Amino acid sequence: MKKNEVPQDKSNLESANFKELCYAVDENGEYTTELSTGWSPKTIALNNAIEVLNERISASKQRVKDLKASPLEYYMELHKMDLPILASYVGIWKWRVKRHFRPAVFKNLNNKTLQKYADVFDISIEELQRTDL
Amino acid sequence: MEIDFKHKQAAHCENGVVANLMTYNGFTVSEPMVFGIGSGLLFTYIPFLKVNYAPVVSYRAMPGIIFTRFATRVGIKIKREKFRNPQTAKARLDENLQRNNPVGLQVGVYNLPYFPDEYRFHFNAHNMVVYGKKDGTYLISDPVMETVTSLTEKELEKVRFAKGAFAPKGHIYYPTSFPKKLQLEKAIVKGIKHTCRDMLAPVPVVGVKGIRKIAKLIRKWPKAKGVKVANHYLGQIVRMQEEIGTGGGGFRYIYAAFLQEAGKLLTNDQLLELSKEMTLIGDQWRDFAVEASRIYKNRSNSVAVDQYDHVASLLEDIANKEEVFFKKLKKAI
Repeated sequence: MKKNEVPQDKSNLESANFKELCYAVDENGEYTTELSTGWSPKTIALNNAIEVLNERISASKQRVKDLKASPLEYYMELHKMDLPILASYVGIWKWRVKRHFRPAVFKNLNNKTLQKYADVFDISIEELQRTDL
Repeated sequence: MEIDFKHKQAAHCENGVVANLMTYNGFTVSEPMVFGIGSGLLFTYIPFLKVNYAPVVSYRAMPGIIFTRFATRVGIKIKREKFRNPQTAKARLDENLQRNNPVGLQVGVYNLPYFPDEYRFHFNAHNMVVYGKKDGTYLISDPVMETVTSLTEKELEKVRFAKGAFAPKGHIYYPTSFPKKLQLEKAIVKGIKHTCRDMLAPVPVVGVKGIRKIAKLIRKWPKAKGVKVANHYLGQIVRMQEEIGTGGGGFRYIYAAFLQEAGKLLTNDQLLELSKEMTLIGDQWRDFAVEASRIYKNRSNSVAVDQYDHVASLLEDIANKEEVFFKKLKKAI
């Protein structure tokens, strides 16, 4: 890549006033660095990945509303987590967390366990229990 | 207190931290040099593991290992510590700052407030330097940022004790002893040999063979998983290749910069030639990203299968080029 070919496309970096460093060759064939504002092939890839996450969030929201899943599942998706990550944050085994996704099981959780989840998602227990998201 | 620490932006966080810490201690080393000596370049496909609901490929060596290799090869000693208890972790950090010792930290990205929202994923192998504390906020030099920033005590504790894969556990590290003079020549040769061995490894998911494996999988995905999933997977590969920290082209440009610097240092013209060749391979990786983005750009569910075949063949071409390249590189030193 030549120095003047370092892409300066519009990207999500702009909002945070952030530029990334790229390595490129100058006119004399010497390596140097140049800042880039973004590159569309990867911006598209990132946006697609975010869209997939958003689809998952809205799907789980619907499942909570239909009482097919507990709000835990929704908050997990909202925080871009998956099961292993959530399990390690709360310090509860994966299979137990998975069980807590069932509304019937979630209803009977004690306050101590609920507090663990609430702390991870940075909300109160009351908020965590609401199903009208 | 504030330590007089010079922040220099880098492409990749780990090399950047090492280069900046070295500079602070009076040894000027460039980022590509750290990357090359630490044998950072790699290609691996990690089967069975999914991140973000897509398969994982990596263009670099495991987090932390670049510094370890760099240190042993140039003769530096590093002290590393991990903690169970956030209080002890904080106390140890403060102690070091008190002693005017800037330290490297491994942190999770998800809770970093200065990152753009879109980039905040549960990725736990980010690195930064803490170089001081003022009124309860820590002064941070994050190598991927243009300037220095700061984090409150609570924010720093959160990122130091992020959970999930590669959980940092408050990981703190800093060099403790240095050689009298930095001998890079031997270290460079060792670093290059190691990279050649990795890239030509007879393991189906590593190096050149790993690239071929991914090409094969790309051909299969649209039929086996459907177009939507195939596009998501393809997008993830491009993201791993080009995301912040790679310097472009899946670290190939940084490596070319390293070869150029090494060639001059060792007065080895072959390395200079190979640096140019690596740049061209980097360009090919960029072309692959462009072609792949053409596929996942239109979100329709009817993409001709031969388009996937096309990008797969681009990858196979890269694999062939890299195979020849690393065989030549092995002989050149």
